[in-house]
This record gives sequence, C-alpha cells and structure tokens, in this order.
Amino acid sequence: MGSAMSILAMKDITKTFPGVKALSDVTFQVEEGEIHCLVGENGAGKSTLMKVLSGVHPFGSYTGDILFNDTVQEFKSIADSEKVGIAIIHQELALIPDMTVYENILLGHEITTGIRIDWNETITKAMEMLKKVGLDLNPATLVKHLGVGKQQLVEIAKALSRDVKLLILDEPTAALNEDDCDNLLAILDGLRKHGVTCVLISHKLKEVIRIADKVTVLRDGQTVITLDAHKGEVSEGSLIKHMVGREIEDIYPKRSHERSEEILLEVSHWNAQETGSGRSVLKDMNFQVKKGEIVGFAGLMGSGRTELARSIFGNPDHYKLEGELRLKGQQQHFGHPRDAIKAGIAYATEDRKGNGLVLIQDVKQNITLANLKGIAHHNVVDGNAEVKVANEYKTALAIKTPSVEQVVGHLSGGNQQKVSVAKWLFVNPDVLILDEPTRGIDVGAKYEIYTIMNKLVEKGMSIIMISSELPEVLGMSDRVYVVSSGRIAGELPIADATQEKIMQMATSC
Amino acid sequence: MIKEFQKVLRQNIREYAMYIALFVIMATFNITTHGVFISSRNIANLINQTGYIAVLAVGMTLVIVIRHIDLSVGFLAGFLGAIGAIAMASWGVSGPLSVVLVLVLGVLAGLATAFLVAQMGIPSFVATLAGWLIYRGALLLVTLKTGTIIIDNAFFNALGNGHVPDLLAGLHVLEGVHKLTLLLGLLGICYFIRSEFKNRKTKQSYNFEVLSGQIFTIKLVFVSALLACVTWVLAGYNGISWTLVIVGVVVVIYDFITTQTVLGRHIYAVGGNPDAAELSGINVKKIIYVVFGSMGLMAGLSGILFASRLQSATTTGGTLFEMDAIASAFIGGASAAGGVGKITGSIIGALVYMSLTSGMNLMGIDISSQYIVRGAVLAAAVIFDVSTRRGRK
Repeated sequence: MGSAMSILAMKDITKTFPGVKALSDVTFQVEEGEIHCLVGENGAGKSTLMKVLSGVHPFGSYTGDILFNDTVQEFKSIADSEKVGIAIIHQELALIPDMTVYENILLGHEITTGIRIDWNETITKAMEMLKKVGLDLNPATLVKHLGVGKQQLVEIAKALSRDVKLLILDEPTAALNEDDCDNLLAILDGLRKHGVTCVLISHKLKEVIRIADKVTVLRDGQTVITLDAHKGEVSEGSLIKHMVGREIEDIYPKRSHERSEEILLEVSHWNAQETGSGRSVLKDMNFQVKKGEIVGFAGLMGSGRTELARSIFGNPDHYKLEGELRLKGQQQHFGHPRDAIKAGIAYATEDRKGNGLVLIQDVKQNITLANLKGIAHHNVVDGNAEVKVANEYKTALAIKTPSVEQVVGHLSGGNQQKVSVAKWLFVNPDVLILDEPTRGIDVGAKYEIYTIMNKLVEKGMSIIMISSELPEVLGMSDRVYVVSSGRIAGELPIADATQEKIMQMATSC
Repeated sequence: MIKEFQKVLRQNIREYAMYIALFVIMATFNITTHGVFISSRNIANLINQTGYIAVLAVGMTLVIVIRHIDLSVGFLAGFLGAIGAIAMASWGVSGPLSVVLVLVLGVLAGLATAFLVAQMGIPSFVATLAGWLIYRGALLLVTLKTGTIIIDNAFFNALGNGHVPDLLAGLHVLEGVHKLTLLLGLLGICYFIRSEFKNRKTKQSYNFEVLSGQIFTIKLVFVSALLACVTWVLAGYNGISWTLVIVGVVVVIYDFITTQTVLGRHIYAVGGNPDAAELSGINVKKIIYVVFGSMGLMAGLSGILFASRLQSATTTGGTLFEMDAIASAFIGGASAAGGVGKITGSIIGALVYMSLTSGMNLMGIDISSQYIVRGAVLAAAVIFDVSTRRGRK
C-alpha cells in the first residue's frame, strides 16, 4: 500500500463559520484503492470537511489546498467535484421515492438518442450497476418500495454509473439493521477489489475496525492522527482514546444543593413502534428521574433519544406505545403534547428553527405560546401583561434582544435557545426535557444556559438533558443514561462516568 | 418630532402603504370621473358591492394564514344563496329563519372541507377544487327548473339594499342629510378618542413606550377627520347601509378574535410553524376545523348579501368570488407562506380591488382592460409586500 499514489490530499484546510472555527488546519490524505474511515465525535468537523471536499462549501469560503490526482482543485459546486469523479452519499438519501430504480440511477445523466431518452439503454446500464452492488431486483421497482438498506445500495449504484473515482459515504449504516450493515460492508469490500477508493464516515467503531485500511481521527476541527490498520494500530481502545482525548474544561458551573430521593418520573418497559412500517424505535427502556436532579441522556445521533423524549411528551409522532409512565406516582397516558404540558412535562426541542420556535413571530409571542392562558382573562390575551412577562424572562435569562417585540428569526442561536427555554419556564413544569440545549451556540452562551439549568434544579425542577457532547453530559449531569439503538445501554452514576465508558456503551449495540 | 414621525412611518410602512394606495386610487378616480367617484351615491354603492367579497376575504385571510386555500367558497356562496331563496319562495320559510338556515349550512360545508383536510390529509387545494365542482353542480341543479329565483321578502332584500332608517328625521336641522348617520359617526369618533386615551394610560401605567404627545395628537386629529369625512359623505345619500353594518360587525369580531384572543394566537402560531405549534400543546386539527368552519360561515353570509343585493338567486351566482377574495387577501398583505395576514388588511385589500372595478366602470373602460389592470395591481401589491419584508431582514 505504501507505494500507492495519493488520490486525494487535503492540506491545511481551515473553515470558519460566523463565530465558530469548524476546521482548523486539517490535513487528510487518501491513497488510491483503500477504504479510509473518518471518525470523531459529533461536531468534530467530519461532515464539514466532506462538504469542503465536495464543493458544498465552495472554493474561496475556506483556506488550504485540495489536491485530487495531484492537481489542485477549485470546486465551486457539487457539479464541479462530480466532474472529476468524487461522489458523496449523504445520510439523508437523495433519491426520488416516486421514480423507478433505473430512473433514479441515471437521473441527471440520462442516456439519450437525439432528444429522446433511450429507455432500453438506460435499463441495461442500470442493471449492470445493480449487479456491481449485488442488488438483485427489478429495476422498474419504485424506490419508495425499497427498504433503507437497498436504497443505500441504489445510491451507490448511482454513484458508480458516473464512473466514480472516490466514493464518500456519510454514516451509511446509521439507519441500517445488522444484516443490511453486513451486506453493505461486504459490497464496499468488493468495490475495493475493483479499485474504487472509498471514504467512510462512521460512528460504529466495530465496523470501522472490520473494514478500514486507514483511519483518520478528527477532534474539535483538527486532525488528531491517522492510523494504519495494516500496522495493527487500529483498535477500539486506541480509537476512543484519540476521539475523546481532551480535558474537560472548567466551563461547567458548580451547583450545591441537597438532592431529594423522591422519584418524580418513572418510565418502565417502554416500547415504541412506528405506526406505518411497524419498525421498532424504542425497545424495553427503563429509567427514572428524581426531584431536583439533572439526568443526562448520552448517545450518538440517531440512537433514539429524541424519539424517547417525544414519545413521553404526548407522542406527536403517533408511535404505537407500550409500557408504563408514572409522573409523581400517577400513571399517565398522554394523547397530545397538550396533555403532557398540563401534567407538568415540558420539552424544548433539538431543532429550534424547525419545530421549536415560530421564527416569524416576536420574542414575546414565542415565550407565551405554550401558556397563553397565563396572560389571558376569559381567553382574551392581555397584551400588556404579555410584554411584562416577556421582559421578566428577558432579564432573568439575559436574552440579548433590542426589545421583546423583535422577531425571533433575527436573534442569534444562543438567544433563540434562551427564548425556547423561557417559553417552557413560563409553563412552570416539574420535568423539563432539554434536547441538545447547547447545539450550535458559542461557549459564553453555553455557560449561561448551564447556569440557568443549575438555578432551576436548585428550585426543585428536574431536568432531562439529551446531549451528544460528552464533556457537557459529564459536566452537568447527576446521573447518566447511555442510549444506543433504541435501548438503554447502561446507567452510570456521575462519579463512575468517563468519556471512554460512555463511548463504549454508545457504540455497543 | 419629525424623527419620531419618520420612525413611526418606517415601522409601519407596509400597513400604511395600503391606506395610501387606497387613497391614491380613490383620488385618481375622483379626478378622472370629475367627482362622481367620491359622490355619496357611488360610495354607498361601492360599499354594498364590496360587502359580499369583503366577508369572503375575511374568512379567506384565516385560511391563508394557516397555509391553506379554499377555492370552493364562490359557488358555495351562490348555492347557499339559492337555497335561501328557495326556502323563502317554495318552503314558506321566513326571512330571518332562512338567513339562519343558510349560515348553519355554510358552517357545515366548511366543516366538511376541514374533515377532508385535517382528518383525511387531502391538500386543501384539491379538496376545495372538488367542492368548487360540486357546489357549481348543486347550484345548477337547484335552479334547473326555475332558472333565476326571484326573492320577494322585504327583510331579506333590505340586507343588501336597505339603509338604517333615519330615526332623527323629525328634527328640522340639516335638511336632506341623514342625521342618524351623523350622530353615529360622532359617537364613533368619541369612542375612538376615548379608547386611544385609555390605551395610552394603561401602557403608561406599565411604563411602556408610548407615542409622544404631539404625534399622538396628530394621529387623533387625522383619524377623526377621516372618520368625519366618511360620515359626511355617507350621510349625504341614504346613510349607513345594512351591508355596511353587517360587514362592520364581522370585521370588528374577527379583528378582535385574531388580535386579542388565545384562539387568534393559536391560529397564527399554526400558520407560522405547525410543528412548533403542535409541540406547544396546540391542537392543530381543531384549528383547521375552526378556520374552515368560519370560512363556510362567511360563504353563507356572502351568499345572503349577494342574493339580497340582486333580490334573486341566479344560475351563475358566486362565479369567481373565491378568486376576488383570494386577491383581496393577498393585496391586503397575507402571505402564502403562512402565519401572516390581517383582517383589516384584507378589508382594505377588498376595497382597493372593488374600487378599481367601480372606478373603471364609471370611466367606461372595457372589461378586458379591467382584468389586466386588476392583475397588474395584484402583482404589484405582492411584489411590494415581498420586497419590504426582505428589506427588513
């Protein structure tokens, strides 16, 4: 392998977003014909690096050089990177569900005679590609009738049809079951034998160890190390060490209060299935939350933590639920988020912009939305009381906005998050679920959010904190549950919890 | 003071622009028609013609706010008007009772649409397109034998043509002027001034920012003068028409609901971000039922006003009303992206739209050119709306 040519070399890549340095002097080199895995925690910069490579972040928006086949490349768009033979397959598949497999495979590169599409040639070519990825199916099948695993393979077939030189797969196995995973890895192995070079981003260390020729570890936007599997450098221990090897900085404010042993929320034998497909989302989960504690829910993205929170919070996804939920000793069935709010549970979503805030409305309207009764007499809103309430939260949470009449969409991420928290505080819940409370906000704002959380638990509120940032989980929680593939993989008292232990549990299932 | 004036203007440019546009259109027509346009008689006519579109535009505004559309309401209005006419002519139902009947049927029709949209998950465009066809067919069916149905009921016909009687006609001052209208106008101005002062006082008691004394005075004088002008013009003909009273009541109720109540807030939140609304404990399906139910109610009312205006139900009643209502709402600042749109805006939109029709009719402009002008105004209004919104970001 040592004599092989470098097909790709990315040198000193630095990419800044407003206020955040996402990549800093990253170096990444891939040899021809190898499978090169890219690992790192959530937010380490893997996806950003691949977006720079594929032209999503165009030339000029980053610094550093990209060499592909020993020539410097300046990709201005995905079309440019595709032209030289780089194909990227994202986690969210880019197939058109209502088109057939063969239409999808040649979409954008249709085979034509004159201005007519030559469907016979198209189908022949598609079948050839399907054979390469080991898919034995009728190419006239609609994509929406295929499972995720097969869709993934159709995506790869689509990439292969374009004479791809470098295939990038962004967490391809995240949504796959074990059989599909095995199958996919076998196919990648087969492609390697045919000389296709592949970059694989993955959280599942077992599969990395199984298939990688080399592994590059990223952490906090920097290259930590590149390990060579053929020299025996790749093991679960070494990978975890390099992924998390960072001191926990002292950005977590201390809190000191007597914790009660009173159990506030208890969930047992909790199962959830998707109504349409019957896919099992949550499997036999058991956990409890005591009064006045912060319980951390750690795990990788897609492990089922958000699904768990939503299934408790009135089940807006309409899962088929089984199991028991007790709040303050009383068994509860919530048919709508409204019921959960009434009973004393609040849920601040991970996706502020998507389903947390009404971005076109102003700060005060967002803060009062979940509890309009609190500022209304006989269902008539008291506009003055509303401004007063909003100003109180503006001061208490230090929301930086010119006025509470400012449209929320114009605020920074940290301040939007505070508005989202304020909205749920105004409901005055017993249990507050915070899903990724500090995602996408800067360190200063993080510290403020942590301080607010401490004040709340000191007053007796209980907080469930879902977080993908291990230092945050360790710094803020009283207890930690680790979720993996829809199961509780383990519970750790904070004294015993380490990043390594959590990572091991999170990648276990 | 000029600085504050500029600030107020800048902050409310979108809202004021519509009033300014309406003013410009009216002034222009007044010149081109040599004063006929703002004659008492024409204004009274204009208001009565706008009525049946205005109530539809009010209902449509909420439908657009929650990101839906209703194409069926034009023929629904025509069909319900015909049902009302038949009820009075053939079934011997009294005028007031047939009004109630039509309104109830309207709500039921709206709820049926809501069922398709909320429960069955059918896009509102398709569901109401089906309704458009069905109600059109239903209208033809019920008028098949008789053709145009003449309405012979004084109460019913007064709704679209009659005026509030001048109870003060006995007083021998200001002969030839509708004195009750003047009195009501005066009371209206007093109420406006009183509520503005009250509002200002509450705001001050909370230590909120209020307009400076000078600007506040200017506002009071300006709006009062405007109200006085309108009152005077109306009093010069037959006074306040029943249509104006009905539209006024509808606007006041809907404006109150949308701006002051929990229900109103829920409607706008659903329009702004349905997922966030659902997670905030709002029952999105219920809101869809309420909004389409209200749309049906307004379609019934529109049908009554139109049939009453013509004193008959015709086989083509309600044709293209839905498009006029949709155009009015968009001219009035509603956004197809949802969450944005005011009742007062849509009323002004309807007035702008109907003023164009009325003014061009007076000028004797050909109907073909009229459509083109109306289309251009709609496009211009939305372009202005989109660009001011973008400019603010």
